[in-house]
Order: sequence, then structure tokens, then C-alpha cells
Amino acid sequence: MKHVLTGFILATALLQTPVIAAQWSGYVSGQYRGFFEDPVDPRQHNTYLSAAAEPEFYHSWQGGDHSFNTILFYRVDQHDDNRTHGDIRELSWTGVYDAFEVTAGISKVFWGVAETQHLVDIINQTDLVENVDGEDKLGQPMIKLSTEQDWGSVDFFVLPGFRERTFPGVEGRPRPEVVVDTDANAIYDFSAGQDHIDLALRYSHYIGEWEFGLSYFSGIDRLPSDFVPIAFAPNGQPGAIVPVYSLINQAGIDGQVFFGDWTWKLEAINKEFRSGRRKGSHNFQSVVGFEYTWVGFTGAASDLGFVVEYHYSDANTRETIFNNDLATALRYVLNDAQSTEVLLGFLTDADTHTAAGFIEASRRIGQNWMLEAELRTYN
Amino acid sequence: MNRNIIQTSAAAIALCLLSFSISAETAEEKGLAIAIEADKRDEGFADSTANMTMELRNKQGDTSIRYIRIRTLEVIGDGDKSMSIFDKPADVKGTAFLTFSHAIKPDEQWLYLPALKRVKRINSKNKSGPFMGSEFAYEDIASQELEKYSYKYLRDETLNGIDSFVIERYPAYEHSGYTRTVAWINKAEYRPEKIVFYDRKNSLLKTLTYDGYQQYLDKYWRAGQMNMENHQTGKSTTLAWKDYQFKTGLDDKDFNKNSLKRAR
Repeated sequence: MKHVLTGFILATALLQTPVIAAQWSGYVSGQYRGFFEDPVDPRQHNTYLSAAAEPEFYHSWQGGDHSFNTILFYRVDQHDDNRTHGDIRELSWTGVYDAFEVTAGISKVFWGVAETQHLVDIINQTDLVENVDGEDKLGQPMIKLSTEQDWGSVDFFVLPGFRERTFPGVEGRPRPEVVVDTDANAIYDFSAGQDHIDLALRYSHYIGEWEFGLSYFSGIDRLPSDFVPIAFAPNGQPGAIVPVYSLINQAGIDGQVFFGDWTWKLEAINKEFRSGRRKGSHNFQSVVGFEYTWVGFTGAASDLGFVVEYHYSDANTRETIFNNDLATALRYVLNDAQSTEVLLGFLTDADTHTAAGFIEASRRIGQNWMLEAELRTYN
Repeated sequence: MNRNIIQTSAAAIALCLLSFSISAETAEEKGLAIAIEADKRDEGFADSTANMTMELRNKQGDTSIRYIRIRTLEVIGDGDKSMSIFDKPADVKGTAFLTFSHAIKPDEQWLYLPALKRVKRINSKNKSGPFMGSEFAYEDIASQELEKYSYKYLRDETLNGIDSFVIERYPAYEHSGYTRTVAWINKAEYRPEKIVFYDRKNSLLKTLTYDGYQQYLDKYWRAGQMNMENHQTGKSTTLAWKDYQFKTGLDDKDFNKNSLKRAR
């Protein structure tokens, strides 16, 4: 076992009573992260303390047809300068006009159905310094036009202002052996650079027990297409690298269907590179799997869920960790007053025979506190 | 005279037939008739909104509170549409459920998770699981459609001074967590006063009692309090309803996935 990481998150939510449909809410949290083994790089540490706050302001008028929403985020990390960061998660206005809805400002959007990897979900950049699971996202400037009709939902996006992915700093952990320098300028292998305006379209619908979506994205890939060295150590090895961002067209499909207590899921993307070294090349990726929930499995209130998802990519292993992998997870939900949940998961790579495991547990304490614990292992 | 005799005897025969048909009304028919009348008396409310406080209590008396806002749209000929929005506890604030309930086929249900801004379709085949850790199962809080049960009239009984019909209800839904429920229906108003639930093994499981009924729009009775006691675990849950409003003008557009994401 190379790296073992534990994390503890303490969170409280501070709620204020609504004042004329305007309301403040949010949370502050304290976090401890500890590693059982010494770091590869002596600049890294074994324990990290950090604190974060996420205040939220919401105001609506005209019976909720118009609303204004702000979510700010800031984290201070003991060692990692890159993890000490802030973000405007949300700063947007939404207006409803009959069957149409317009959102303008900084916002977040989620697409897809899978649990262990979000392939089709491309609108928001990943805030990777927050957690290695990639579930945290940066706010994305957008104009979004939506309509929901009998024949399905259509969302059209204009996305100005590309957000670069966050990466752990020199003292951050876990991180790749070579530091990704996010202070240096990232490379855009096309002329418009960061000013490129991305476009996206999604159609989604459900028919009975079938739920499906088709999406198309044309713009800057959120995932760097490559990394290039910008500094070298005395031994000739790269001392720091910067990400290379490329233009892509990406078509995505996602769907799920229920068969009894089984939920079958599929997500697939086809990515076409429009710029840079890989211009003209394609990459196909998919995730297929199922989720099964055994309601009341101890004869009482608790549920036991199984998630199995297989990840495939036709690209080589360097480009994605999910190239030929099987993810399995067990979710135990107590359905108690404290909403206690435990998630246990394994990811195994059939090509490299590597494995990763994780445990996530959460429980409410009182009315305003939440205790979360995570354990991750890699080999 | 003859004619009168004929008429009289015809009337007598008709009366006999009528009384025969009354006595021939089976317990099942009478049970169904009571359920139909109760259903009819709640028809036409169009839509409603209400605020609900859910108090969970364990055997030791520890309590935990949830605040939920509920919007309901009446659907004629099918189960109602509803949206439940959570305000407390703080960690589930903004979480919302959209449900299109159906009598016999599984409900369509979506869950909105505000932290991820994710709308997740829920496999709602199994409605017997607890709703938010409470003693209420999903099927208990779902809209009560006539076709969800078959019925049997048991007896008349006075419950806390209220003249009631006692009817037994057998879930038609194959994934129900109950073999039967026994309901005390107020004879004057055709509203439930008490329901006793029997689990899949036909053992006594829970008792639901209704209190603080109020009439809205001179027609619709809604309980101010619903208390569910689990006899097997000793836990209980009380729902306290406030701020009922009817015919607020909600329509189908207020019950779709986009409105679920906007729900606050």
C-alpha cells in the first residue's frame, strides 16, 4: 500500500429564519486529514488541518418565478497553498416564463446517472483540491435556456469564461509526483485560449421506467489533454508541469431503467479533439452498471445497496485511470433519525492489476452538526 | 281496489327486494361503498400547500425534528402529484422529492440533491421503506387512491365518542409492506380517525391516529396532527400540519424536474 489517507469532516449549518423570502444559510466545517505513511516528497506532510465556509443567500420574488442565488466558498488549509482557495459557486438569476426557464450568471449543472464516474457531466470544472473523488465543482459562468415539455426537456448553454482545474500544491497531498504548477500559465493549444465561448445542448426525457439523456458539447475540454514540463530538477527530471487544454466536440448519452429492484445504468461519450497534438483523434469512454437496493434487509428499517460499474476507455491508461476498471460499492443506510450511512467501495484495474478502496461514513449529531469520515487506500 | 292491491303488493315486493338487496350487500361491497364515499368527499381540492413538522421519537424519548413543505396537485383518475421540500435538519435543507403517485403501478419519483444539483430518479417500487427515518413508510404518506386497496366492512364502533365504521383494507400493490390495515372512518364526515397496520407476517406493526381536524373551503377535512406509533420498535413519529392552503393555482408546470431544481 503506497498511500493511505484518512479524512474527517465536521460541519455545522447556520440557519436564519427567512425574512420576506430572502434567506441566508450555509455551513462552516473543520477537517483533519491524516496519512499513515510518510510522503514521497519531503515537502509534503502527514497531517493537514483545514477549515471551510460556504455562506448562501437566496431571494425570490413573483411567487418564486424569479430568484437570485449566491453561494460563496472559501477554504483555508494548513499546508497546501493551492487548497487555500475561494470560489463563487453560484451567483445567478433564474427567471421562469411559462414553460421556459432562463439562468444567467455563475452556476452549476449536473448531468448523468452513474455513481462512480461522471462521464457525460462536463459543464463545470472539477475542484480537484477539495477531494480526489472529483465530486466538487467550480462555479461556471453561463447563460442557460431550458424548457420542459411533454416530449422532454431541452437545455441550451452558452458558456463564456473557462475555469481551469485546481490541483494540489507543492505541499499538498495526495498529488502526482511532479507538481502541477497552477500559478504558471496553462497552455491552450488553440488561438482563442481561455476566452473561447463554449456551447452545449442537452435533451432528456423519461418514458415509464426509462430515463435517458443525449448531450453535445463544443468547447474546451475540462480535462487537460496533456501536461508539459516547465521546470526541471538538477537530475533532469521535470520539476513542475502545466496542463494543456484542448478544444473538443463531445457527444454523450446516458440512461437508466428499472427492472424490479434493479437499476441499470449507462453513460458513454465520444470525444473528438479539434486542436493540438491530438487534433482529429477520437476517444470513446463508457460506464455501464447496476444498482440494487435491498429494502429492509435486516428485517427492520435499514437498506443495503450494491453498486457495480464497469469503466471502459479506448485511450491508453495514461489518459484516464478508468480504462478497463471495475468499481464495486456497498451502501448501508440505517434510515435512523441521525441518517447514518456507510459506503464501502473498491476499484480494480484489469490491466495494471492495481486496486483502490474507500470507506465513507456520515452521521448527523443533533440538528445542526454532521460528522463525516473517509478512508482511502491505493496500491 | 284490485289495482290498489296489486300496487300495494308490488310495492311490498319491491320493498322486500330492496331490503333483500341491502342485506345481500356483502361486507366487501359495504367496505368499498364507504371508501368511495370518503374518496368523493375529498374530490375537487385542485391543489394544496402545507407546512409540516415531523418529530421522531425513539424508545428513550430522544427527539429529532424535520421541517418539510408539501405541495400537492390533484390528478383526476390517477394518483396525485406532490413535491416535498426539506428545510430542516440543516444538512438536508433544499433536498426535495417529486412524486407522481399511481394506484397500482409504481410511483414515478425523483430526488433533488442540492449539493450536487443532481436530480436522481428513484426506484420507488418498494414503498415500504421508512420516509426520512420516520415511522411513516413511503406508502403511508403517498396519496390514498381508491384502487390501492380492496375493502371489507367489519363493524360499527364508537371511537373516543365518534361513531365510526371499521373497515379492513388489503393492499392491491404487490410490494406493500402490509398484509392489511384496519381503518376507523368517521361516519359523519368519512375521514379516517385511526388506522392500524399489520406487517407482512400479519403481526400488529403500527397505529396511526388523527387529531385536530379542520375543515377547509367548507369541504375538505385535514388533520392537524398525525401520530404513528410503532409497536414493534417502541418508536413513534408525529406529523404536525400548519398553514394549509387550497386552490392556490398550482399546475403541471409546478411539478416537473425543472421546478424540482428550483424548489426552495
